[in-house]
Amino acid sequence: MKKYLTFFRIRLLAGLQYRAAALAGLSTQFVWGTMEVLIYRALWREHPERFPMGPEALAAYIWLQQAFLSLFALWNWERELIDSVKTGAVAYELTRPMDLYGMWLVRALAARLSRGLLRAAPVMVLGALIPAPWGLRLRVAPAGFGLFLVSTCLMLLVVCAYSLLVCALTFHLTDPNGVMVVSVAAADLLGGAIVPLPFLPEGLRKFAELTPFGAMQNVPLRLFGGDLTGAAAYRAVGLQVFWAAVLIAVGYALLRAGLRRVSVAGG
Amino acid sequence: MIEMKGVNKTYRVRRREAGLGNAVKSLFSRAYTEIPALRDMTFTIPDGQIVGYIGPNGAGKSTTVKLLSGILRPDSGTCLVDGLVPWEDRKRHVARLGVVFGQRSQLWWDVPVIDSFELLRDIYRVPEERYRENLHRLTELLDLADLLKTPARMLSLGQRMRCEIASALLHSPRLLFLDEPTIGLDAVSKLKVREFILEQNRQCGTTVILTTHDMQDVDALCSRVLLIGKGRLLLDGSTAEIRAMAGENLSTEESVADLYRRFGI
Repeated sequence: MKKYLTFFRIRLLAGLQYRAAALAGLSTQFVWGTMEVLIYRALWREHPERFPMGPEALAAYIWLQQAFLSLFALWNWERELIDSVKTGAVAYELTRPMDLYGMWLVRALAARLSRGLLRAAPVMVLGALIPAPWGLRLRVAPAGFGLFLVSTCLMLLVVCAYSLLVCALTFHLTDPNGVMVVSVAAADLLGGAIVPLPFLPEGLRKFAELTPFGAMQNVPLRLFGGDLTGAAAYRAVGLQVFWAAVLIAVGYALLRAGLRRVSVAGG
Repeated sequence: MIEMKGVNKTYRVRRREAGLGNAVKSLFSRAYTEIPALRDMTFTIPDGQIVGYIGPNGAGKSTTVKLLSGILRPDSGTCLVDGLVPWEDRKRHVARLGVVFGQRSQLWWDVPVIDSFELLRDIYRVPEERYRENLHRLTELLDLADLLKTPARMLSLGQRMRCEIASALLHSPRLLFLDEPTIGLDAVSKLKVREFILEQNRQCGTTVILTTHDMQDVDALCSRVLLIGKGRLLLDGSTAEIRAMAGENLSTEESVADLYRRFGI
Protein backbone atom coordinates (compact mmCIF):
# COMPACT_ATOMS: atom_id res chain seq x y z
CA MET A 1 0.00 0.00 0.00
CA LYS A 2 2.87 2.31 0.85
CA LYS A 3 4.16 2.30 -2.70
CA TYR A 4 0.82 3.50 -4.00
CA LEU A 5 0.86 6.30 -1.43
CA THR A 6 4.36 7.37 -2.46
CA PHE A 7 3.25 7.30 -6.07
CA PHE A 8 0.30 9.46 -5.15
CA ARG A 9 2.58 11.84 -3.31
CA ILE A 10 5.15 12.28 -6.06
CA ARG A 11 2.46 12.86 -8.67
CA LEU A 12 0.73 15.35 -6.40
CA LEU A 13 3.98 17.22 -5.76
CA ALA A 14 4.87 17.16 -9.45
CA GLY A 15 1.48 18.68 -10.25
CA LEU A 16 1.56 21.35 -7.57
CA GLN A 17 4.55 23.13 -9.05
CA TYR A 18 2.79 24.52 -12.12
CA ARG A 19 1.91 27.88 -10.60
CA ALA A 20 1.43 29.82 -13.82
CA ALA A 21 -1.00 27.22 -15.13
CA ALA A 22 -2.94 27.40 -11.88
CA LEU A 23 -3.12 31.17 -11.98
CA ALA A 24 -4.24 31.19 -15.60
CA GLY A 25 -6.86 28.55 -14.87
CA LEU A 26 -8.03 30.47 -11.86
CA SER A 27 -8.73 33.69 -13.75
CA THR A 28 -10.35 31.83 -16.65
CA GLN A 29 -12.66 30.00 -14.30
CA PHE A 30 -13.68 33.13 -12.44
CA VAL A 31 -14.45 35.03 -15.65
CA TRP A 32 -16.29 32.04 -17.08
CA GLY A 33 -18.37 31.65 -13.92
CA THR A 34 -19.28 35.34 -13.91
CA MET A 35 -20.31 35.13 -17.55
CA GLU A 36 -22.52 32.13 -16.95
CA VAL A 37 -24.14 33.79 -13.96
CA LEU A 38 -24.91 36.89 -16.04
CA ILE A 39 -26.51 34.80 -18.80
CA TYR A 40 -28.68 32.79 -16.40
CA ARG A 41 -29.60 35.99 -14.54
CA ALA A 42 -30.83 37.57 -17.76
CA LEU A 43 -32.90 34.48 -18.58
CA TRP A 44 -34.24 34.32 -15.03
CA ARG A 45 -35.51 37.90 -15.22
CA GLU A 46 -37.49 37.08 -18.36
CA HIS A 47 -38.92 33.67 -17.45
CA PRO A 48 -38.37 32.70 -13.81
CA GLU A 49 -41.31 30.26 -14.02
CA ARG A 50 -39.53 28.12 -16.62
CA PHE A 51 -36.43 27.48 -14.50
CA PRO A 52 -36.18 23.89 -13.22
CA MET A 53 -33.95 25.00 -10.34
CA GLY A 54 -33.80 28.19 -8.27
CA PRO A 55 -31.08 30.82 -8.69
CA GLU A 56 -29.35 29.83 -5.44
CA ALA A 57 -29.01 26.19 -6.48
CA LEU A 58 -27.92 27.25 -9.94
CA ALA A 59 -25.30 29.67 -8.58
CA ALA A 60 -23.93 26.95 -6.31
CA TYR A 61 -23.78 24.62 -9.32
CA ILE A 62 -21.93 27.15 -11.48
CA TRP A 63 -19.39 28.30 -8.91
CA LEU A 64 -18.58 24.85 -7.65
CA GLN A 65 -18.30 23.64 -11.23
CA GLN A 66 -15.73 26.34 -11.94
CA ALA A 67 -13.88 25.74 -8.67
CA PHE A 68 -13.54 21.99 -9.23
CA LEU A 69 -13.29 22.03 -13.01
CA SER A 70 -9.87 20.35 -13.16
CA LEU A 71 -11.09 17.57 -10.88
CA PHE A 72 -13.69 16.30 -13.29
CA ALA A 73 -13.08 17.86 -16.73
CA LEU A 74 -12.88 14.81 -18.97
CA TRP A 75 -10.85 16.72 -21.56
CA ASN A 76 -8.00 16.81 -19.05
CA TRP A 77 -6.95 13.37 -20.26
CA GLU A 78 -4.10 11.46 -18.67
CA ARG A 79 -1.78 12.51 -21.50
CA GLU A 80 1.34 11.14 -19.81
CA LEU A 81 -0.16 7.69 -19.65
CA ILE A 82 -1.54 7.69 -23.18
CA ASP A 83 1.80 8.91 -24.54
CA SER A 84 3.66 6.28 -22.55
CA VAL A 85 1.65 3.59 -24.35
CA LYS A 86 2.04 5.22 -27.76
CA THR A 87 5.79 5.69 -27.47
CA GLY A 88 6.47 2.46 -25.63
CA ALA A 89 7.78 4.19 -22.50
CA VAL A 90 5.26 2.06 -20.62
CA ALA A 91 7.91 -0.69 -20.86
CA TYR A 92 9.57 0.82 -17.80
CA GLU A 93 6.34 0.73 -15.81
CA LEU A 94 6.09 -2.95 -16.61
CA THR A 95 9.48 -3.64 -15.07
CA ARG A 96 8.12 -2.52 -11.69
CA PRO A 97 6.74 -5.02 -9.19
CA MET A 98 3.36 -3.29 -9.23
CA ASP A 99 0.02 -3.71 -10.83
CA LEU A 100 -0.09 -1.36 -13.82
CA TYR A 101 -3.77 -0.45 -13.45
CA GLY A 102 -3.35 0.36 -9.76
CA MET A 103 -0.33 2.50 -10.54
CA TRP A 104 -2.25 4.31 -13.28
CA LEU A 105 -5.29 4.90 -11.09
CA VAL A 106 -3.19 6.42 -8.33
CA ARG A 107 -1.41 8.66 -10.82
CA ALA A 108 -4.65 9.80 -12.42
CA LEU A 109 -6.24 10.60 -9.05
CA ALA A 110 -3.18 12.53 -7.89
CA ALA A 111 -2.86 14.44 -11.16
CA ARG A 112 -6.46 15.62 -10.94
CA LEU A 113 -6.27 16.45 -7.26
CA SER A 114 -3.08 18.48 -7.69
CA ARG A 115 -4.62 20.48 -10.52
CA GLY A 116 -7.90 20.89 -8.69
CA LEU A 117 -6.63 21.76 -5.23
CA LEU A 118 -4.61 24.79 -6.30
CA ARG A 119 -7.61 26.36 -7.98
CA ALA A 120 -10.60 25.34 -5.92
CA ALA A 121 -10.31 27.56 -2.86
CA PRO A 122 -9.68 30.92 -4.61
CA VAL A 123 -12.57 30.41 -7.03
CA MET A 124 -14.88 29.48 -4.16
CA VAL A 125 -13.87 32.59 -2.22
CA LEU A 126 -14.44 34.81 -5.26
CA GLY A 127 -17.76 33.08 -5.92
CA ALA A 128 -18.82 33.67 -2.33
CA LEU A 129 -18.21 37.41 -2.73
CA ILE A 130 -20.89 37.69 -5.44
CA PRO A 131 -24.13 39.04 -3.90
CA ALA A 132 -27.13 36.77 -3.33
CA PRO A 133 -28.82 35.02 -4.97
CA TRP A 134 -26.08 34.54 -7.57
CA GLY A 135 -23.14 33.99 -5.25
CA LEU A 136 -21.84 30.74 -3.78
CA ARG A 137 -23.51 29.86 -0.48
CA LEU A 138 -23.42 26.66 1.50
CA ARG A 139 -26.93 25.35 1.12
CA VAL A 140 -26.84 21.70 2.15
CA ALA A 141 -27.76 20.48 5.62
CA PRO A 142 -24.89 18.87 7.60
CA ALA A 143 -26.27 15.40 6.85
CA GLY A 144 -26.41 16.22 3.16
CA PHE A 145 -22.86 17.54 3.26
CA GLY A 146 -21.55 14.08 4.14
CA LEU A 147 -23.29 12.65 1.10
CA PHE A 148 -21.86 15.49 -1.00
CA LEU A 149 -18.31 14.58 0.06
CA VAL A 150 -18.87 10.89 -0.65
CA SER A 151 -20.31 11.78 -4.03
CA THR A 152 -17.34 14.03 -4.84
CA CYS A 153 -14.93 11.16 -4.19
CA LEU A 154 -17.04 8.84 -6.30
CA MET A 155 -17.14 11.41 -9.10
CA LEU A 156 -13.36 11.56 -9.10
CA LEU A 157 -13.19 7.79 -9.25
CA VAL A 158 -15.69 7.59 -12.14
CA VAL A 159 -13.84 10.28 -14.13
CA CYS A 160 -10.43 8.65 -13.58
CA ALA A 161 -11.75 5.19 -14.37
CA TYR A 162 -13.30 6.46 -17.62
CA SER A 163 -10.06 8.19 -18.50
CA LEU A 164 -8.05 5.02 -17.82
CA LEU A 165 -10.43 3.06 -20.00
CA VAL A 166 -9.31 5.27 -22.87
CA CYS A 167 -5.66 4.81 -21.85
CA ALA A 168 -6.14 1.05 -21.91
CA LEU A 169 -7.80 1.32 -25.33
CA THR A 170 -4.58 2.86 -26.61
CA PHE A 171 -3.08 -0.65 -26.46
CA HIS A 172 -5.72 -1.77 -28.95
CA LEU A 173 -5.95 1.27 -31.24
CA THR A 174 -3.27 3.13 -33.13
CA ASP A 175 -4.55 6.41 -31.75
CA PRO A 176 -7.33 6.94 -29.21
CA ASN A 177 -8.09 10.50 -30.37
CA GLY A 178 -11.43 9.61 -31.95
CA VAL A 179 -12.69 7.98 -28.77
CA MET A 180 -11.49 10.98 -26.80
CA VAL A 181 -13.28 13.55 -28.95
CA VAL A 182 -16.57 11.64 -28.88
CA SER A 183 -16.27 11.09 -25.12
CA VAL A 184 -15.69 14.78 -24.45
CA ALA A 185 -18.67 15.79 -26.58
CA ALA A 186 -20.89 13.24 -24.86
CA ALA A 187 -19.66 14.27 -21.42
CA ASP A 188 -20.26 17.94 -22.17
CA LEU A 189 -23.89 17.33 -23.01
CA LEU A 190 -24.84 14.30 -20.91
CA GLY A 191 -22.67 15.18 -17.93
CA GLY A 192 -24.12 18.62 -17.35
CA ALA A 193 -21.03 20.58 -18.35
CA ILE A 194 -22.78 22.90 -20.81
CA VAL A 195 -26.06 23.25 -18.95
CA PRO A 196 -27.10 21.49 -15.75
CA LEU A 197 -29.06 18.32 -16.52
CA PRO A 198 -32.40 19.64 -15.12
CA PHE A 199 -32.48 22.10 -18.04
CA LEU A 200 -32.56 19.25 -20.56
CA PRO A 201 -35.86 17.88 -21.93
CA GLU A 202 -37.33 15.26 -19.58
CA GLY A 203 -36.52 12.19 -21.70
CA LEU A 204 -32.97 13.21 -22.45
CA ARG A 205 -32.37 14.13 -18.81
CA LYS A 206 -33.52 10.72 -17.60
CA PHE A 207 -31.28 9.05 -20.12
CA ALA A 208 -28.30 11.26 -19.29
CA GLU A 209 -28.62 10.53 -15.59
CA LEU A 210 -28.24 6.82 -16.28
CA THR A 211 -25.05 7.14 -18.34
CA PRO A 212 -21.55 7.16 -16.82
CA PHE A 213 -21.34 10.85 -17.73
CA GLY A 214 -24.35 11.57 -15.54
CA ALA A 215 -22.41 10.00 -12.65
CA MET A 216 -19.68 12.62 -12.88
CA GLN A 217 -20.05 16.32 -11.93
CA ASN A 218 -23.83 16.24 -12.16
CA VAL A 219 -24.30 14.48 -8.82
CA PRO A 220 -22.06 16.36 -6.35
CA LEU A 221 -22.83 19.77 -7.86
CA ARG A 222 -26.58 19.26 -7.53
CA LEU A 223 -26.21 17.77 -4.05
CA PHE A 224 -24.34 20.86 -2.94
CA GLY A 225 -26.94 23.23 -4.38
CA GLY A 226 -29.70 21.31 -2.61
CA ASP A 227 -31.33 20.49 -5.94
CA LEU A 228 -30.91 16.75 -5.49
CA THR A 229 -32.37 15.46 -2.22
CA GLY A 230 -34.01 12.45 -0.59
CA ALA A 231 -34.39 9.17 -2.44
CA ALA A 232 -33.25 10.70 -5.73
CA ALA A 233 -29.97 11.71 -4.11
CA TYR A 234 -29.28 8.19 -2.83
CA ARG A 235 -30.22 6.71 -6.17
CA ALA A 236 -27.78 9.03 -7.96
CA VAL A 237 -24.96 8.15 -5.55
CA GLY A 238 -25.79 4.46 -6.00
CA LEU A 239 -25.42 4.87 -9.75
CA GLN A 240 -22.03 6.48 -9.16
CA VAL A 241 -20.91 3.41 -7.23
CA PHE A 242 -22.22 1.21 -10.04
CA TRP A 243 -20.39 3.13 -12.78
CA ALA A 244 -17.15 3.38 -10.80
CA ALA A 245 -17.17 -0.40 -10.36
CA VAL A 246 -18.08 -1.14 -13.98
CA LEU A 247 -15.57 1.29 -15.48
CA ILE A 248 -12.75 0.05 -13.27
CA ALA A 249 -13.57 -3.58 -14.09
CA VAL A 250 -13.75 -2.96 -17.85
CA GLY A 251 -10.62 -0.80 -17.87
CA TYR A 252 -8.74 -3.43 -15.90
CA ALA A 253 -9.83 -6.19 -18.28
CA LEU A 254 -8.95 -4.12 -21.36
CA LEU A 255 -5.51 -3.39 -19.95
CA ARG A 256 -4.88 -7.05 -19.18
CA ALA A 257 -5.94 -8.05 -22.67
CA GLY A 258 -3.76 -5.30 -24.09
CA LEU A 259 -0.72 -6.45 -22.15
CA ARG A 260 -1.16 -10.01 -23.35
CA ARG A 261 -0.73 -8.98 -26.95
CA VAL A 262 1.54 -6.06 -26.37
CA SER A 263 4.36 -5.30 -28.69
CA VAL A 264 6.39 -2.44 -27.38
CA ALA A 265 7.13 0.00 -30.13
CA GLY A 266 10.53 1.35 -31.06
CA GLY A 267 13.90 0.09 -29.86
CA MET B 1 20.88 -18.20 -13.79
CA ILE B 2 19.06 -17.55 -17.05
CA GLU B 3 17.93 -20.41 -19.22
CA MET B 4 16.26 -19.75 -22.54
CA LYS B 5 15.16 -22.72 -24.61
CA GLY B 6 13.74 -22.75 -28.12
CA VAL B 7 12.08 -19.35 -27.85
CA ASN B 8 10.21 -18.06 -30.91
CA LYS B 9 8.58 -14.67 -31.26
CA THR B 10 6.94 -13.29 -34.37
CA TYR B 11 5.56 -9.81 -34.95
CA ARG B 12 2.77 -9.10 -37.37
CA VAL B 13 3.51 -5.91 -39.26
CA ARG B 14 1.03 -4.14 -41.50
CA ARG B 15 2.36 -3.20 -44.88
CA ARG B 16 1.15 -1.30 -47.88
CA GLU B 17 2.57 0.36 -50.95
CA ALA B 18 2.85 4.15 -51.01
CA GLY B 19 0.05 6.35 -52.31
CA LEU B 20 -3.59 7.23 -51.82
CA GLY B 21 -4.96 4.31 -53.85
CA ASN B 22 -3.15 1.81 -51.72
CA ALA B 23 -4.10 3.63 -48.55
CA VAL B 24 -7.77 3.28 -49.50
CA LYS B 25 -7.29 -0.34 -50.49
CA SER B 26 -5.73 -1.11 -47.14
CA LEU B 27 -8.93 0.07 -45.47
CA PHE B 28 -10.68 -3.00 -46.85
CA SER B 29 -8.03 -5.61 -46.98
CA ARG B 30 -4.93 -5.41 -44.94
CA ALA B 31 -1.73 -7.14 -45.84
CA TYR B 32 0.33 -8.38 -42.94
CA THR B 33 3.86 -9.63 -43.03
CA GLU B 34 5.13 -11.93 -40.34
CA ILE B 35 8.47 -10.77 -39.03
CA PRO B 36 10.26 -13.44 -37.04
CA ALA B 37 12.00 -11.51 -34.27
CA LEU B 38 13.43 -14.56 -32.52
CA ARG B 39 13.88 -18.05 -33.90
CA ASP B 40 14.70 -20.99 -31.70
CA MET B 41 16.70 -18.83 -29.30
CA THR B 42 18.55 -20.98 -26.79
CA PHE B 43 21.23 -19.98 -24.31
CA THR B 44 22.18 -20.22 -20.65
CA ILE B 45 23.82 -17.49 -18.59
CA PRO B 46 25.25 -18.42 -15.17
CA ASP B 47 25.22 -16.03 -12.22
CA GLY B 48 27.75 -13.24 -12.11
CA GLN B 49 28.60 -13.07 -15.78
CA ILE B 50 28.72 -9.90 -17.88
CA VAL B 51 27.36 -10.86 -21.26
CA GLY B 52 27.42 -8.69 -24.36
CA TYR B 53 24.39 -9.23 -26.52
CA ILE B 54 25.21 -7.86 -29.92
CA GLY B 55 23.83 -7.86 -33.41
CA PRO B 56 22.80 -5.41 -36.11
CA ASN B 57 19.69 -3.22 -35.84
CA GLY B 58 16.52 -5.29 -35.88
CA ALA B 59 18.32 -8.50 -34.93
CA GLY B 60 16.07 -9.18 -31.94
CA LYS B 61 18.16 -7.81 -29.11
CA SER B 62 15.48 -5.63 -27.56
CA THR B 63 12.91 -8.37 -28.03
CA THR B 64 15.08 -10.72 -25.99
CA VAL B 65 15.53 -8.15 -23.24
CA LYS B 66 11.78 -7.49 -23.16
CA LEU B 67 11.04 -11.22 -22.96
CA LEU B 68 13.51 -11.59 -20.12
CA SER B 69 11.92 -8.59 -18.38
CA GLY B 70 8.47 -10.17 -18.56
CA ILE B 71 7.07 -7.40 -20.76
CA LEU B 72 6.56 -9.59 -23.81
CA ARG B 73 5.49 -13.19 -24.02
CA PRO B 74 6.93 -15.49 -26.70
CA ASP B 75 4.93 -17.55 -29.19
CA SER B 76 6.66 -20.72 -28.05
CA GLY B 77 9.63 -21.90 -26.05
CA THR B 78 10.53 -21.68 -22.38
CA CYS B 79 12.56 -19.35 -20.26
CA LEU B 80 13.51 -19.52 -16.62
CA VAL B 81 15.25 -16.75 -14.72
CA ASP B 82 16.26 -17.88 -11.25
CA GLY B 83 13.45 -20.40 -11.39
CA LEU B 84 10.70 -17.99 -12.51
CA VAL B 85 9.04 -17.62 -15.90
CA PRO B 86 9.31 -13.84 -16.41
CA TRP B 87 5.97 -13.24 -18.15
CA GLU B 88 4.01 -15.62 -15.92
CA ASP B 89 5.37 -14.34 -12.62
CA ARG B 90 6.09 -10.78 -13.71
CA LYS B 91 5.80 -9.01 -10.37
CA ARG B 92 7.98 -11.42 -8.40
CA HIS B 93 10.48 -11.64 -11.22
CA VAL B 94 10.98 -7.89 -11.75
CA ALA B 95 11.51 -7.29 -8.05
CA ARG B 96 14.94 -8.91 -8.51
CA LEU B 97 15.66 -7.14 -11.75
CA GLY B 98 17.13 -3.77 -12.68
CA VAL B 99 16.63 -2.38 -16.17
CA VAL B 100 18.04 0.58 -18.07
CA PHE B 101 16.62 1.30 -21.51
CA GLY B 102 19.16 3.77 -22.86
CA GLN B 103 16.65 5.47 -25.10
CA ARG B 104 13.98 6.05 -22.49
CA SER B 105 13.92 7.57 -19.04
CA GLN B 106 12.67 6.17 -15.78
CA LEU B 107 13.21 9.41 -13.87
CA TRP B 108 10.31 11.76 -13.24
CA TRP B 109 10.90 14.60 -15.61
CA ASP B 110 9.87 17.59 -13.52
CA VAL B 111 10.93 16.59 -10.02
CA PRO B 112 14.40 16.31 -8.43
CA VAL B 113 16.16 12.99 -9.01
CA ILE B 114 16.11 12.14 -5.31
CA ASP B 115 12.28 12.12 -5.38
CA SER B 116 12.36 9.53 -8.16
CA PHE B 117 14.81 7.49 -6.10
CA GLU B 118 12.55 7.57 -3.07
CA LEU B 119 9.61 6.50 -5.17
CA LEU B 120 11.64 3.51 -6.38
CA ARG B 121 12.64 2.73 -2.80
CA ASP B 122 8.97 2.42 -1.88
CA ILE B 123 7.97 0.59 -5.06
CA TYR B 124 10.60 -2.08 -4.43
CA ARG B 125 10.13 -1.94 -0.65
CA VAL B 126 13.83 -1.46 -0.01
CA PRO B 127 14.51 -1.36 3.73
CA GLU B 128 15.63 2.12 4.81
CA GLU B 129 19.09 1.02 5.89
CA ARG B 130 19.84 -0.82 2.68
CA TYR B 131 18.50 2.10 0.67
CA ARG B 132 20.87 4.47 2.45
CA GLU B 133 23.84 2.17 1.90
CA ASN B 134 23.03 1.74 -1.78
CA LEU B 135 22.37 5.42 -2.30
CA HIS B 136 25.63 6.29 -0.62
CA ARG B 137 27.62 3.78 -2.66
CA LEU B 138 25.99 4.78 -5.95
CA THR B 139 26.43 8.48 -5.22
CA GLU B 140 30.14 7.93 -4.61
CA LEU B 141 30.79 5.68 -7.58
CA LEU B 142 28.68 7.52 -10.12
CA ASP B 143 29.48 10.97 -8.78
CA LEU B 144 25.86 11.96 -8.22
CA ALA B 145 26.16 14.24 -5.18
CA ASP B 146 25.48 17.43 -7.13
CA LEU B 147 22.78 15.92 -9.30
CA LEU B 148 20.35 14.48 -6.77
CA LYS B 149 18.49 17.70 -6.03
CA THR B 150 18.22 18.73 -9.68
CA PRO B 151 15.05 18.02 -11.68
CA ALA B 152 15.73 15.33 -14.29
CA ARG B 153 14.86 17.67 -17.16
CA MET B 154 17.81 19.94 -16.25
CA LEU B 155 20.43 17.18 -16.48
CA SER B 156 22.72 16.62 -19.44
CA LEU B 157 22.47 13.25 -21.17
CA GLY B 158 25.58 11.89 -19.45
CA GLN B 159 24.43 13.07 -16.04
CA ARG B 160 20.98 11.65 -16.62
CA MET B 161 22.34 8.28 -17.73
CA ARG B 162 24.35 8.00 -14.53
CA CYS B 163 21.18 8.69 -12.57
CA GLU B 164 19.27 6.16 -14.67
CA ILE B 165 21.82 3.48 -13.90
CA ALA B 166 21.75 4.33 -10.20
CA SER B 167 17.96 4.11 -10.17
CA ALA B 168 18.12 0.60 -11.63
CA LEU B 169 20.35 -0.55 -8.77
CA LEU B 170 18.74 0.98 -5.67
CA HIS B 171 16.99 -2.28 -4.84
CA SER B 172 20.15 -4.42 -5.18
CA PRO B 173 18.89 -6.50 -8.12
CA ARG B 174 20.66 -9.80 -8.83
CA LEU B 175 20.26 -9.19 -12.50
CA LEU B 176 20.83 -6.04 -14.53
CA PHE B 177 19.71 -5.45 -18.12
CA LEU B 178 21.41 -2.57 -19.86
CA ASP B 179 19.95 -1.69 -23.25
CA GLU B 180 22.45 0.64 -24.94
CA PRO B 181 23.51 2.39 -21.73
CA THR B 182 26.30 4.38 -23.38
CA ILE B 183 24.30 5.68 -26.33
CA GLY B 184 25.08 9.32 -26.98
CA LEU B 185 27.55 9.67 -24.11
CA ASP B 186 30.84 11.57 -24.31
CA ALA B 187 34.15 9.82 -23.68
CA VAL B 188 34.38 10.73 -19.99
CA SER B 189 30.86 9.63 -19.19
CA LYS B 190 31.31 6.40 -21.15
CA LEU B 191 34.44 5.50 -19.22
CA LYS B 192 32.74 6.30 -15.95
CA VAL B 193 29.72 4.15 -16.77
CA ARG B 194 31.93 1.23 -17.88
CA GLU B 195 34.09 1.43 -14.80
CA PHE B 196 31.00 1.43 -12.66
CA ILE B 197 29.44 -1.61 -14.33
CA LEU B 198 32.62 -3.62 -13.73
CA GLU B 199 32.76 -2.47 -10.13
CA GLN B 200 29.13 -3.39 -9.55
CA ASN B 201 29.71 -6.84 -11.02
CA ARG B 202 32.83 -7.42 -8.92
CA GLN B 203 31.43 -6.13 -5.65
CA CYS B 204 27.91 -7.50 -5.78
CA GLY B 205 28.16 -10.36 -8.23
CA THR B 206 25.38 -8.82 -10.32
CA THR B 207 24.71 -10.64 -13.57
CA VAL B 208 24.72 -8.12 -16.39
CA ILE B 209 23.26 -8.42 -19.86
CA LEU B 210 24.39 -5.59 -22.06
CA THR B 211 23.05 -4.82 -25.51
CA THR B 212 25.08 -2.30 -27.41
CA HIS B 213 26.45 -1.29 -30.77
CA ASP B 214 29.59 0.06 -29.16
CA MET B 215 32.27 -2.62 -29.46
CA GLN B 216 34.49 -0.76 -27.03
CA ASP B 217 31.81 -1.37 -24.41
CA VAL B 218 32.05 -5.05 -25.25
CA ASP B 219 35.84 -5.08 -25.15
CA ALA B 220 35.92 -3.30 -21.82
CA LEU B 221 33.19 -5.22 -20.07
CA CYS B 222 32.13 -8.53 -21.46
CA SER B 223 33.71 -11.87 -20.73
CA ARG B 224 31.26 -13.45 -23.12
CA VAL B 225 29.49 -12.34 -26.28
CA LEU B 226 26.27 -13.59 -27.83
CA LEU B 227 26.04 -12.55 -31.45
CA ILE B 228 22.59 -12.66 -32.99
CA GLY B 229 21.23 -11.84 -36.42
CA LYS B 230 17.76 -12.13 -37.94
CA GLY B 231 16.52 -13.61 -34.69
CA ARG B 232 19.03 -16.45 -34.51
CA LEU B 233 21.96 -17.03 -32.21
CA LEU B 234 24.98 -17.11 -34.50
CA LEU B 235 27.89 -17.14 -32.14
CA ASP B 236 28.55 -17.65 -28.44
CA GLY B 237 32.06 -17.00 -27.21
CA SER B 238 34.60 -14.55 -25.87
CA THR B 239 35.70 -11.40 -27.68
CA ALA B 240 39.04 -13.11 -28.34
CA GLU B 241 37.22 -15.95 -30.09
CA ILE B 242 35.28 -13.48 -32.21
CA ARG B 243 38.48 -11.76 -33.28
CA ALA B 244 40.07 -15.14 -33.99
CA MET B 245 37.17 -16.11 -36.22
CA ALA B 246 37.52 -12.98 -38.30
CA GLY B 247 41.23 -13.67 -38.67
CA GLU B 248 44.02 -11.15 -39.31
CA ASN B 249 44.63 -8.37 -36.86
CA LEU B 250 41.21 -6.77 -36.78
CA SER B 251 39.73 -4.88 -33.87
CA THR B 252 36.59 -6.27 -32.28
CA GLU B 253 34.59 -3.66 -34.18
CA GLU B 254 36.00 -4.74 -37.54
CA SER B 255 35.71 -8.42 -36.66
CA VAL B 256 32.04 -8.02 -35.82
CA ALA B 257 31.38 -6.10 -39.03
CA ASP B 258 33.17 -8.87 -40.89
CA LEU B 259 31.03 -11.51 -39.19
CA TYR B 260 27.82 -9.57 -39.99
CA ARG B 261 28.86 -9.66 -43.64
CA ARG B 262 29.81 -13.30 -43.52
CA PHE B 263 26.53 -14.36 -41.91
CA GLY B 264 24.67 -12.16 -44.39
CA ILE B 265 22.84 -10.21 -41.67
